Amino acid sequence: MTAAHADELLHNAQATDPEFADAHGEHKSDTYYIGVAAVLFVLTALEVSTYYFDFGPAFLPMLITLMGIKFVMVVLLFMHLKFDSRIFSFLFWSGFALAVVVYLGVLASFQFFAG
Amino acid sequence: MADITIPKAAPVAHDDHGVGHYTSTGLSNNKLAMWLFLGSECLLFGGLISTYMLYRGRFQGGPSPEQVYDIPFTSISSFVLLMSSLTMVLAVASANRNDLRNARVWLLSTAVLGATFVGGQVYEFTAFYREGLGFTTSLFSSSFYTLTGFHGVHVTAGIIMIVVLVAMLNKDKVHGHKAETIEIVGLYWHFVDIVWIVIFTLVYLIPA
Repeated sequence: MTAAHADELLHNAQATDPEFADAHGEHKSDTYYIGVAAVLFVLTALEVSTYYFDFGPAFLPMLITLMGIKFVMVVLLFMHLKFDSRIFSFLFWSGFALAVVVYLGVLASFQFFAG
Repeated sequence: MADITIPKAAPVAHDDHGVGHYTSTGLSNNKLAMWLFLGSECLLFGGLISTYMLYRGRFQGGPSPEQVYDIPFTSISSFVLLMSSLTMVLAVASANRNDLRNARVWLLSTAVLGATFVGGQVYEFTAFYREGLGFTTSLFSSSFYTLTGFHGVHVTAGIIMIVVLVAMLNKDKVHGHKAETIEIVGLYWHFVDIVWIVIFTLVYLIPA
């Protein structure tokens, strides 16, 4: 058996073996995605309402929370990170976490040295 | 002749004939690369957003954010971009059902919504400029235009990617697994949307 033949056999074996099925995750129905979009729509409307109504001290925490919920919903449900391989989650969330830590550090240092 | 044992390693994406492609991780390399790229993009936009947060109060000699921002208009733009994420995810869902006709329709809808958003941004920039907010007017204006401009360029790149993808689908030039290709373009598009979710809140809704 030549190496090329073995390679071909390997590919064919993996391609037909259900154990090797790619982690494409669950496929949701259109109704599910429309439901998610409706929730995102309502959350955005709530955000916009802070421009028209005075929410007092709840203003900032409310906006940050709504932003966070929308962000996570799109990443997990629209980008399928919830259903996909954990390697993808690791790649994305490590970049995100690094950005948050680095830039919060930068902003904090500016505040610190400004004093 | 020595027997050759076929190692069991996880595989991957399947092309249109249901044939898989071997990868060492068992995942699509293209998808892996896109997620890695998006992780790195977090750092790019993190830097731009941080710079804006730092300089948004420094508008001496020019209009302040509250004087120029048109929140109702930007809110509508945000809704438009949010809905483009829905049309994109519907395109991916259609492609996963091998319904490429509907996938193309949803992709074009996404491109139209994206173009509407970019058009709104161009209008907004023009209006701001007429109100005296040039790129070099103040640190606030420079950081604002750089941040939102970079985002706008990303949206434009996404629109170009979608239009090229639809053209390639029409001519059957997309090799390999079509649904996966659409999904990868979709990942980029959703990322552009989540960046705007952050920009809309931190830049427009929270006063300087």
